[in-house]
Amino acid sequence: MQKIMYKIFFSILLMSTTCVGYTQENMHPAPKQAKPIVIQNATIHNGNGKVLEGAYLVIENGKIKALGTGTVTSIPGAEIIDASGKHVYPGIIAASTNLGLVEVSTVRAGADYQELGDLNPNIHSIVAYNTDSKVINTLRSNGVLLAHIVPAGGAIRGSSSVVQLDAWNWEDAAYKIDNGVHFNMPVLLNRPNQFRRRGSESVDLVKLGLDKLEEARKFFREASAYNKEKTHTAVNLKYAGVQGLFDQSQTFFVHCDLVREMMVAIDLANEFGFKLVIVGGSDSWLIPDILKKNNVAVILSEPHSLPATDDDDVDQPYKTGAALQKAGVLFTICQDNGSGYWQQRNLPFQAGTMAAYGLTKEEALTAVTLSAAKILGIEEKAGSLEVGKDANIVISEGDLLDMKSSKVSRAFIQGRMLNLDNKQTQLYEKYKYKYDIK
Amino acid sequence: MRNTKLAWLFFALLVFTSHVKSQTTFPVNDVATPREGFYAFINATIYKDANIKLENATLIIRKGKVESIGNKATVPAGAIIVDCKGKYIYPSFIDPWSDYGTPTTRIATTTGGGFGRTTQMVSNTKGAYGWNQAIRSETDMSAIFETNEMKAKELRGLGFGTVLTHQMDGISRGSGAVVTLGAEKENKVVLKAKAAAFYSFNKGSSTQDYPTSLMGSIALLRQNFLDAQWYKSRPTEEGVNLSLQAFLDNQALPQFFESADKWSDLRADKVGDEFGVQYILKAGGNEYQRINEIKATNASYILPLNFPQAMDVEDPTDARFISLADLKHWELAAANPAAFEKANISFSLTAYGLKETSSFMPNLRKAIQMGLSEEMALAALTKNPATLVGVYDQVGSLEAGKQANFLITSGPVFSDKTVFYQNWVQGIKYSLKEEGWKDVRGNYTLDVNGQTYNLQVKGEPGKPVANLISGDSTKIDLLLNDRLVKMNYTLKKDSAAMIRLSGVMSDSSWSGTGQLANGQWVSWTARKTSELKPGTDSARKKRTAIEKLGEITYPFNGYGTVQIPKQQNILITNATVWTSEKEGKLASTDVLVKNGKIVAVGKGLKDPSALVIDGAGKHLTAGIIDEHSHIAGTGGINECSQSVTSESRIADIIDPEDVDIYRQLSGGVTSSHILHGSCNTIGGQTQLIKLRWGVNAEQMKFTNWDPFIKFALGENVKRSSTQNNPRFPDTRMGVEEVLTDAFTRAVEYQKMGAGKRKDLKLEALSEILNKKRFITCHSYVQSEINALIKVADKFGFTVNTFTHILEGYKVADKMKAHGSAASTFSDWWGYKVEVIDAIPQNASLMQKVGLNVAINSDDAEMARRLNQEAAKSVKYAGMGEEDALMMVTINPATMLHVADRTGSIKAGKDADLVLWSDHPLSIYAKAEKTIVDGTIYFDRQQDQALRDNIAKERTRIIQKMIASKKSGDRTGPAVPSFRDRNSCEDDHHEGNSLWDRIVERFGSTETE
Repeated sequence: MQKIMYKIFFSILLMSTTCVGYTQENMHPAPKQAKPIVIQNATIHNGNGKVLEGAYLVIENGKIKALGTGTVTSIPGAEIIDASGKHVYPGIIAASTNLGLVEVSTVRAGADYQELGDLNPNIHSIVAYNTDSKVINTLRSNGVLLAHIVPAGGAIRGSSSVVQLDAWNWEDAAYKIDNGVHFNMPVLLNRPNQFRRRGSESVDLVKLGLDKLEEARKFFREASAYNKEKTHTAVNLKYAGVQGLFDQSQTFFVHCDLVREMMVAIDLANEFGFKLVIVGGSDSWLIPDILKKNNVAVILSEPHSLPATDDDDVDQPYKTGAALQKAGVLFTICQDNGSGYWQQRNLPFQAGTMAAYGLTKEEALTAVTLSAAKILGIEEKAGSLEVGKDANIVISEGDLLDMKSSKVSRAFIQGRMLNLDNKQTQLYEKYKYKYDIK
Repeated sequence: MRNTKLAWLFFALLVFTSHVKSQTTFPVNDVATPREGFYAFINATIYKDANIKLENATLIIRKGKVESIGNKATVPAGAIIVDCKGKYIYPSFIDPWSDYGTPTTRIATTTGGGFGRTTQMVSNTKGAYGWNQAIRSETDMSAIFETNEMKAKELRGLGFGTVLTHQMDGISRGSGAVVTLGAEKENKVVLKAKAAAFYSFNKGSSTQDYPTSLMGSIALLRQNFLDAQWYKSRPTEEGVNLSLQAFLDNQALPQFFESADKWSDLRADKVGDEFGVQYILKAGGNEYQRINEIKATNASYILPLNFPQAMDVEDPTDARFISLADLKHWELAAANPAAFEKANISFSLTAYGLKETSSFMPNLRKAIQMGLSEEMALAALTKNPATLVGVYDQVGSLEAGKQANFLITSGPVFSDKTVFYQNWVQGIKYSLKEEGWKDVRGNYTLDVNGQTYNLQVKGEPGKPVANLISGDSTKIDLLLNDRLVKMNYTLKKDSAAMIRLSGVMSDSSWSGTGQLANGQWVSWTARKTSELKPGTDSARKKRTAIEKLGEITYPFNGYGTVQIPKQQNILITNATVWTSEKEGKLASTDVLVKNGKIVAVGKGLKDPSALVIDGAGKHLTAGIIDEHSHIAGTGGINECSQSVTSESRIADIIDPEDVDIYRQLSGGVTSSHILHGSCNTIGGQTQLIKLRWGVNAEQMKFTNWDPFIKFALGENVKRSSTQNNPRFPDTRMGVEEVLTDAFTRAVEYQKMGAGKRKDLKLEALSEILNKKRFITCHSYVQSEINALIKVADKFGFTVNTFTHILEGYKVADKMKAHGSAASTFSDWWGYKVEVIDAIPQNASLMQKVGLNVAINSDDAEMARRLNQEAAKSVKYAGMGEEDALMMVTINPATMLHVADRTGSIKAGKDADLVLWSDHPLSIYAKAEKTIVDGTIYFDRQQDQALRDNIAKERTRIIQKMIASKKSGDRTGPAVPSFRDRNSCEDDHHEGNSLWDRIVERFGSTETE
């Protein structure tokens, strides 16, 4: 009897969704948008700070065709979505993650985010990005639709790419390939003996870090000279790998947290004329004016962190975003640690916390949408709900940044309406069936 | 010639020793040369002890002992007279904490246990000794002691004549010996063998796995007491165990315990109390921060003088990482001895632990400047340590019959100008700095080749400064070497040419030869004409006015306060009250708190004694209870060495000053269940605490609480993150057997009759079988959950709580049938294989099946947002809001058997409350006030005041540190005050603090 009920329930579910497959392995990327879609009666949060009440938005050929308040003139053949009482947002952008490069962090065989070697500018994250990761679907259902896939390992970690989260393979997923090169700043801080290598108690660690940095400078000097040559007697993949930094077609992402490290990063970027973005930036609240003056953007490591020191304000990481906002620094947030894949679904709530500690809700939204798009160099087509941009859209029953009310009912990437199921909703259904829970 | 001299010497000795019959077993490769060492020190200022000072007194010693002392002692014929006019004599110091004479062949310290290492289950020590390599009770320092003249000389130079020395290795270190610092054969210098027994919490050179943690060390010590008791009955199965026998024998001695800090003092004292032992505690140096608790131990203390060095804080980006606690300790550490004196706690001083021994006296002077009296300082270096080990009849004061151990100095012993001339040990003179013995200061007439000058010699004895006075003064380079004099000077009129004189000095006149600038040889004399006028020289700098010092706060860090917050009567009015009771959510309601309890919930409540807090527009909930936390523990949260460590206790290692306690209060947490980690199947006993910020560890603990224990299953227990786990078990099959075996042994243990060895591992398991102790079990996948339930069913107990339990939804029906509760993460998954089926609807599913479900943190950061974590069940599974909040209030309270006291808002319960700025499940909600037992421990306004004060105090002390450096104090590089944060596992907590992030980047800094 139960089984029959389940089948009926299953069929109803199938009918009620526009997508075909249901189980994870059968879930497939949505087909290309076939007809215009009109979302109406919505509260639209544009992502650029503006909010439109009682508003509509028209999607055509994967792009935002129109949006505004009031009612839209009827579009023949359009699918109408009534979003009364609902909130419409641009898709959230995960600004630094190893998503798709790892499935379970403790399983070495499946970890593809950290290459051997010290100077890896020739490494490209995009080629290892696994569109079939079970994690991806759990992000989409919380409104995260784009991700910046960042490699780790070495001082120069390699180049990253931006992907959209509904794809058959990495070529499909690619949203912007090799948008930046990543550099791990050496730690420029002394440390207690228990954090030193045995026997290195008297080593000047700041000096050691600066020496390490000098090696990187040397590499960039050589690369600069190499890339000025028209032809090469011998091709050097590593030098070629950073070519885009010199003409700023690629961004220089420097991973560091301390004031001294950020200052050195600025100096390094200025020396070579790189376009600099700081990733991490825990202590960026101490130097927002310097960052602003040098036009440096920050991908701030997770606001849900403990304060850096025992004496720091207990809510410092919650309010660092507000300090950057106040100074006019372009910033977004990320979860870039080892759990930085599955945790991306909490990005909206990390933004929500910043809104509780000094940002307005729209500023917090901008941080994880339009600002992220600007930092990643995709603002022409993503990051906000504006005419002409890709229709990367999330519809939530309530405030997307608050877990109390966030319930994503629909999402679109480039106009394709996503199947919002994931492995977890499927297991949920399975066990609801077991316990006969409706 | 040589023979004549020897004959003369022999004759002289014969006369001196005529009435002595010295005997010894040692043969001589010469003729016997007995000596009596008969001396009379006259005209001295003598301190017999810290309180009795004799002016113009005489000290007579013979055969290494004091023969007499007094003002009117007649100097016997035959004594060598030493005129000590103007000089001071003190008993030589005694250092009660020393490893002097420890043989140098030592094993390098390593620790066993951890991931990937090979395992060593029992001791490597060969012989009929005990099972644990850190228990070295059989060590007898007097048997292994070797004099070490280099070290002895160093200590004598500081004024020490005697030390209590022991081999500083292990948890039970055996017995120590009182030895003098004489350069004689060991037989002569050992004053007392087996003078005291020594202990610590540090396993030292032991390579054995157990223990890996502080709580393991404490458990080992405790078990060793019990084992020794049992060994008295000579159990045949144990055979001969020399370690236990020695431990028993050593109990008759004074018991010394080495501690690392104020809290470990209390830990050691508590273990001592359990077994009727009063330890003498070697202090860590920060006891002044909790002097009341320290006094309550009734212990005597040995205080180190290794005060922290100032750091280079000129660079603010470096200084930023030095905590206010460390800055404050730098400022106040030298006040430690004074705090003991003021609190009337008996103590001795030690030079042990100083980076440079030469800083001993300067540091002691700092302590005196900070309020330690000179009398007490002297007592703490003489009588007190002697009394501790019962050798005051031999050393520690100058009295007839005692060892002739004494110091001769140029002035009061603690004065910074004073020179230590000689240190006599057992009647033998050891010269320290004799140059000043003869005080050459005074006014002289210098005659060089018929020319006469006025020569003035000033400065300090031993450091004379000479000038020619004739109109202008000309500085002379004066060099004294015993009785040889060298003087170089240049006359003004002929500044390029140096006059060089060389000669010898007798009492008041010097004479010799020299060369003028032109090379002419001349003779010269200098004759003392008068003493220096007092006051013209060495005018003591007036002691600078008592400097302003920071206050002691509770806890001793930035977020501590001078007064620990006090309980008050509180009336919160017109709040939205989430009762977590059947009454549900009450709009615009008042809650009255008196004497730490909730006394009324209703409308229009009045109480004139109460502080009124306007709750309009705000939300009041019960305090959040975290079922799974690892904050506030120290010395390791895992005892990893064995698969069953039920004897280890979190209760032993609570750190009440962990700033994460305050941070969690700021997130509305009022109670935390502090758990052992998950690295073994049967971990340690847990401790439920209330976050009473500022009190000590004991005051934080829940009273009358059903004790719990941590179990764990799965990957962590199997050590899955390492490729070569050497510790059983390595599979879930083995984990089940570890459990079955442990409880089988516990059942058998219970059946044993009187006289059994009390086994603390099995005692804890017996408590589980007897339903006196309850399990919270770290678990993930359904197979292991099911397996533990079956083991529990077989042995007739219930698994109280499955914690983490990310696959609980798969077997919720079985857990329900068994009677377990579930405490889980809201949405964590994917970080290891056993959590790939975790779903954020888990809590809701388990709740719908009828389990009592809580949301826990296992994470010091997330614990601050548990209300929001609970809200995720609203999001993912549509759980009701009140039900969601109950998952972090009443549900964990029920799970922990304290729902009768806390977890909801109901008259009669503890006033553990949080006032929120917003809906308590919202991401926008902030705890404005967090109240525990009617005491406001967190208040957002007060928090702002604390922040301001932190900034102010940091600036003040940093400025002071810079000034100290400028004034010439030695400094070291700024060292960040980062600390390791405890975590349950190694695999899912990375990256949520700056330090974690920095550690991740270390690798790329240090690549070769």
